[in-house]
Amino acid sequence: MANQVQLDAKAIARSRIAATERRAASTPSVFRRLLRSKSAIIGLAIILTITLVAIFAEQIAPYDPIKQSFIRQLRPPSASFPLGTDEFGRDILSRIIHGARWALLAGILADSIALVLGVSLGLIGGYYGGKIDAFVVWLTDVMLAFPYLLLAMIVVAIFGPGIRNAMIAVGIVYMPQYARLVRGTVLSLKEKEFVEAARAIGASSFRIMFRHILPNCVAPIIVMATLAVGWAIVQTAGLSFLGLGARHPMPEWGAMLAGGRNYMLSAWWIATFPGLAIVITVIGFNLLGDGLRDVLDPYLRGR
Amino acid sequence: MGRYVIRRVLQMIPVLIGVSIFVFVGMHIVPGDVATLLLGDKATPESLARLQHELGLDQPVYVQYYRFIVKALHGDFGVSLRTRQPAWREVWWALPMTIELSICAIIVAVLVGIPVGVLAALRQYSFFDSLSMVAVLVGVSMPIFWTGLILLMLFGGRLHWLPIGGILDEGIVFRPITGIHLLDTLLVGDTQVFNSALRHLILPSIALGSIPMATIARMTRSAMLEVLRQDYVRTARSKGLSERLVIIRHALRNSLIPVVTVIGLQLGLLLSGAVLTETVFALPGLGRLAITSLLARDYAVVQAVVIISALMIVVINLAVDILYAYLDPRIHYT
Repeated sequence: MANQVQLDAKAIARSRIAATERRAASTPSVFRRLLRSKSAIIGLAIILTITLVAIFAEQIAPYDPIKQSFIRQLRPPSASFPLGTDEFGRDILSRIIHGARWALLAGILADSIALVLGVSLGLIGGYYGGKIDAFVVWLTDVMLAFPYLLLAMIVVAIFGPGIRNAMIAVGIVYMPQYARLVRGTVLSLKEKEFVEAARAIGASSFRIMFRHILPNCVAPIIVMATLAVGWAIVQTAGLSFLGLGARHPMPEWGAMLAGGRNYMLSAWWIATFPGLAIVITVIGFNLLGDGLRDVLDPYLRGR
Repeated sequence: MGRYVIRRVLQMIPVLIGVSIFVFVGMHIVPGDVATLLLGDKATPESLARLQHELGLDQPVYVQYYRFIVKALHGDFGVSLRTRQPAWREVWWALPMTIELSICAIIVAVLVGIPVGVLAALRQYSFFDSLSMVAVLVGVSMPIFWTGLILLMLFGGRLHWLPIGGILDEGIVFRPITGIHLLDTLLVGDTQVFNSALRHLILPSIALGSIPMATIARMTRSAMLEVLRQDYVRTARSKGLSERLVIIRHALRNSLIPVVTVIGLQLGLLLSGAVLTETVFALPGLGRLAITSLLARDYAVVQAVVIISALMIVVINLAVDILYAYLDPRIHYT
């Protein structure tokens, strides 16, 4: 028996070394293959540009995004205001530049909430099975039975309207997607030899879940996480558009769109450009996500 | 098959119980107690306590939940704070609009999405293929509310081709029968009102249908590519069938199986999109009702909308699963 355990331990050590080597070899190769994908490069370039815009918003923006001016209201796009001004005389370009911060924050924060909650739930359910798993399945089924936007609206109503709570709501609503994905992967992995081996040398459940199983689910999680950033940006903007997220005078793209709605027929630029900013950002994340999927999941390549 | 259907129907029960628990708990922890909201400024501690007692709000939570369930099963979701109408009636009035809009959106999505997907697959790597896949990417990346606004500004505001929101032209008085205007006007044979209703529905349907359209096109393309590689397609070709027959009878039919699932899943997602579309186009549907009720803290109506729409989604998912089992003879469900 002791001999067996020792053997297993050796096997694990060997497999871990192999895994480390494989990882060392595969990480750059994944990146290299990613750079060969045209769509991934365009996606990366878009995301990088928007990140830089968000970081250096203060330096890039030509005007103050919040300060109102009643002598330059509703100006159409021109040399001094490339994207025009809104009903309060604020420069739309400057507001869009500052809005990039809120958009990225919304995407990343909401996605992180969904990821942490969903991955943990999926891991726990898939690993322990039985009643715990039944509960996880039930919870995700129930959450997916709601129209996601209605669910997000209720969460916002509970916590109170505001951009931060809108982000939290979007994260909670997306959580079941991660839980399902991870649970499915865990179910297929937990009977594998390396998990059995880890259990044989007495690794704790926590360790097995997070050190042995989770690293093997990383590829699909990365793909989902990338695509979900775009989704979260749109949904948070949607909640702001409905009046449940960002409030006046915050330069948030969804709220800017909602403001522009009233001037739709006279000043088209107010609602057009913030929406365009959303579309470009989301395209960036979708392109990168698709590229990552092609590289990480050969089965789906070319779909 | 029959046993599978029964099992799937039974599986709905715990999910629906879960939905009711979520809604009940949500409506309890939402700020603003019903009694306070009902009484408004006139509330005194005594009148508040009396109303809370009348509404059963001083009872233990499980008793309240039990009463909530019994009432909900009878369709009683309480009274709207805004209109003093039963909440179910508000939902009942708003539902046809959303159903009509969703059906039109799915029709638009299918009519455009499937042909585009098929053509793109038949001409893989052609210019049309690349162009349509770029369109798909843009389509799934556009927020519905922005798509709606752009369509409104362009076709309503600038070109004056189509109306800018609402359900019928001003001045038209029409007594709905089912509430689904296209159907009602056909039933009474009023082409003028039918045209008006149709013109009002075009832009919202395109806006709401844009994401399903893109998803369906992408799915059709990939399913078609998969099927075209199969042996039976080669066999069909080699026995001398015309290309047209091969595509329509052999390839398309089989590639539509996964597409049907996608359509079903999109149908469930449309309810979320409807909230935004109805807001942009000022359509009095379920989504619009949900957001106005929520902003007015009219929680009885919110509760009714949420439960009814969750019920609809669960039933749609069930129907899709059954349809899938029926369409794909390779799958055996026990």
